[in-house]
Amino acid sequence: MKQKIRKNSTRKNLSLFSLALPAIISILLFAYLPMFGLFIAFKDINYSKGIFGSDWNGLKNFEFFFKSQDAWRVTRNTLLYNIAFIILGLGMAVVVAMILYDLSSRFVKIFQTVLFMPYFLSWIIIGFVAYILLNPSMGVFNQILGFFGKEGINWYMDTRPWPIIIFLFYLWKNLGYNAIIFYTGLMGIDESLYESARIDGATRLQQKIYITLPLLKNLLIIMAVLAVGKIMFSDFGLFYYIPKNTGTLYAVTDVIDTYVYRSLRVVGDIGMSAAASFYQSVIGFGLVVGTNFLLKKFSPDDALF
Amino acid sequence: MSIICITIIFPLLYIVAVSFSKESSIAEIGYKLIPKEWSLDAYKQVFASSGLIGNAYLVSFFVTIVGTIMSLYLTTTIAYVASRKDFKYHKIIGMFLIFPLLFNGGMVSSYIVNTQLLNLDNTIWALILPYGVNVWYAFMMKGFMSNLPMELIDAAHIDGAGEYQTFFKIVLPISKSGLATIGLFYAFAFWNDWWLSMMYITKNELMPLQQLLQRLLSNIEFYLSMMPPGMKDSMGGIPVEGMRMAMTVIVVGPMLLVFPFFQKYFVKGVTVGSVKG
Repeated sequence: MKQKIRKNSTRKNLSLFSLALPAIISILLFAYLPMFGLFIAFKDINYSKGIFGSDWNGLKNFEFFFKSQDAWRVTRNTLLYNIAFIILGLGMAVVVAMILYDLSSRFVKIFQTVLFMPYFLSWIIIGFVAYILLNPSMGVFNQILGFFGKEGINWYMDTRPWPIIIFLFYLWKNLGYNAIIFYTGLMGIDESLYESARIDGATRLQQKIYITLPLLKNLLIIMAVLAVGKIMFSDFGLFYYIPKNTGTLYAVTDVIDTYVYRSLRVVGDIGMSAAASFYQSVIGFGLVVGTNFLLKKFSPDDALF
Repeated sequence: MSIICITIIFPLLYIVAVSFSKESSIAEIGYKLIPKEWSLDAYKQVFASSGLIGNAYLVSFFVTIVGTIMSLYLTTTIAYVASRKDFKYHKIIGMFLIFPLLFNGGMVSSYIVNTQLLNLDNTIWALILPYGVNVWYAFMMKGFMSNLPMELIDAAHIDGAGEYQTFFKIVLPISKSGLATIGLFYAFAFWNDWWLSMMYITKNELMPLQQLLQRLLSNIEFYLSMMPPGMKDSMGGIPVEGMRMAMTVIVVGPMLLVFPFFQKYFVKGVTVGSVKG
C-alpha cells in the first residue's frame, strides 16, 4: 500500500513538473540567461570571435562609461525623475482615489473609464499627443500662448520646461491606473468605521486623515517599495518618444535606459552599453535588497521576502 | 476631477480633428479642435498606400493572437503548478518566479542572448517569445489559483483523472475570470508593443503597427517612400500632418472602442494585483 502511494506521488510530481516545463524553459531563456549574460560587461565584444571567444578586458568598459560626462547625467536624471514619480505621483494618485471614493457610483464608472484609458495607450501614441500640443508652429500650446499675446516657445529646443513636461505626461498615462489601485484599496475599508467617526463628530477631513490614510498605508508602502526597486530603471517610451529623441534635450531627458539603448543600437558601442547596463542591474538589485532589509528591521509586516 | 478627465480627452479629440482637416488649413492656422475645412484626403492617402499598413496590421494581429494564447498557456500552467501545495517542488518554482522580479540581466545582455544565442532577430518570433511569461502575471494567477478548493482537484483524482486532465478539464474552466483578465493584459501588451520590434526588427515585412507609427512620427521621408509613384502629384501636396493623425486614429480607434467593454476585467486585475502586492 505504502509503495503504491509513493509511486503515485512520484508520478504526480513528474507530470506536474512536465506541465510547467515549457514555462520554465521560457523563463530560463528570457529571464535567467541574460543574468548570466552580464559577464559581457567585462569583455571586449567582437562578433566575429563570438561572445565567449571575445577577449576579457577587465574594467575598461566601466572606465570608459564613468569617465564620460554621461554617467553622472543619466544617473541624476533617472533618480530625480523616479523620486518625483514616487512621491508626487503616488501622492496625487491617493488624492484622486479619495475624490473618486466620495463620488456617486454613476459618475465613478465614467471617470474610471476615462482615467484608466491612457494607461492602455502606447508611448508612441502619446508621442503623437505630445506632438499636437508642442509642435512649435501649429501646436496647441503655442496657439494658447499666442492668444495671450505671448511669443511661442520652440518646445523641442528649449530644455527648461522639459522636467515638467515629462512629469505631466507621466501623470497623464499613469495617474488613473495608480488611482484605481488605491481606489480598490479604499473599497475594502469597512463603512462602519466612518459611521462611528461621524457619530463622534469627526469632520470629513478628519475622517480622511485618521481613518483613510492609515488604512492605505500598507498599500502605499508596497507600491513605494516596488518603485524603489526599479529606481534605476525608467519607462523607456516616456523618455524616448515624448521628447522625440531630440539631442538638444538630452541634458534633461536622457536616462540610463535611453542611454544604454543609444550606445547599443545607434552608436554600436557594446562594451560601454554593457557596462552601463550592468551598473543599472546591479545597483537596482542592491537597492531592492537594501530596502527590504530596512523594512524587515522597522516594519517587518511590509517586507517583501 | 472633471479637469483631469478633460485633459485626458482633449488631446485625443485634437488627433481626430486634425485627421479630418484639410492640410492647407492646418498649415495656415495650426491644429484646431473643429476643422476649418473638412477633408478625407488623409484617410484616402493612408488607404491608398495600404501595402505596408495592411501588412503591419497582419503582423500585429498575428503577434497579438499567437502571443496571447502562448503566454496564457505558459503563465497558467506554471502558476497552477506553483499553487499546488502538494507538489514537491512548489516552493522552488515560487522562488524561481520571484527572482526575476528582483534582478534582471538588463537590456544589453538580453539583446546579446536573443540575437547571438537564439538568433531571433528579424523573425516574427522575436516579437512573441521574449514576452512568454510575465512573472508578475504568473504571480497574480498563482494567487488566484491558490484560492481554488483543493477538494475539487482531489475529487478529480479519485475519479481517475490524471494531472493534465484535471488541469484542462477542471481547473481551467473554473479559472475563467482570471484567464480573461490576464489574457486581456497580455493582448494589450502585445498589441501595444514597440520595444521588441525596435530592438529586433529591421525588415519592413515584419514591422508591426506601432513601429510603423513610430517611423511616421520621426521621419517624413519614410512615408513618402510608402506612397505609390504618381500619388504625390495627383493629390496636390501630401497631407503630412493629417496622415500622421489618421494613422493614429486607425491604430487606436478599434482599441478604444473595445476598451469600455473589457474595463471591468482590467479593474479586477488591478484588484488581484493590489491584494497580492
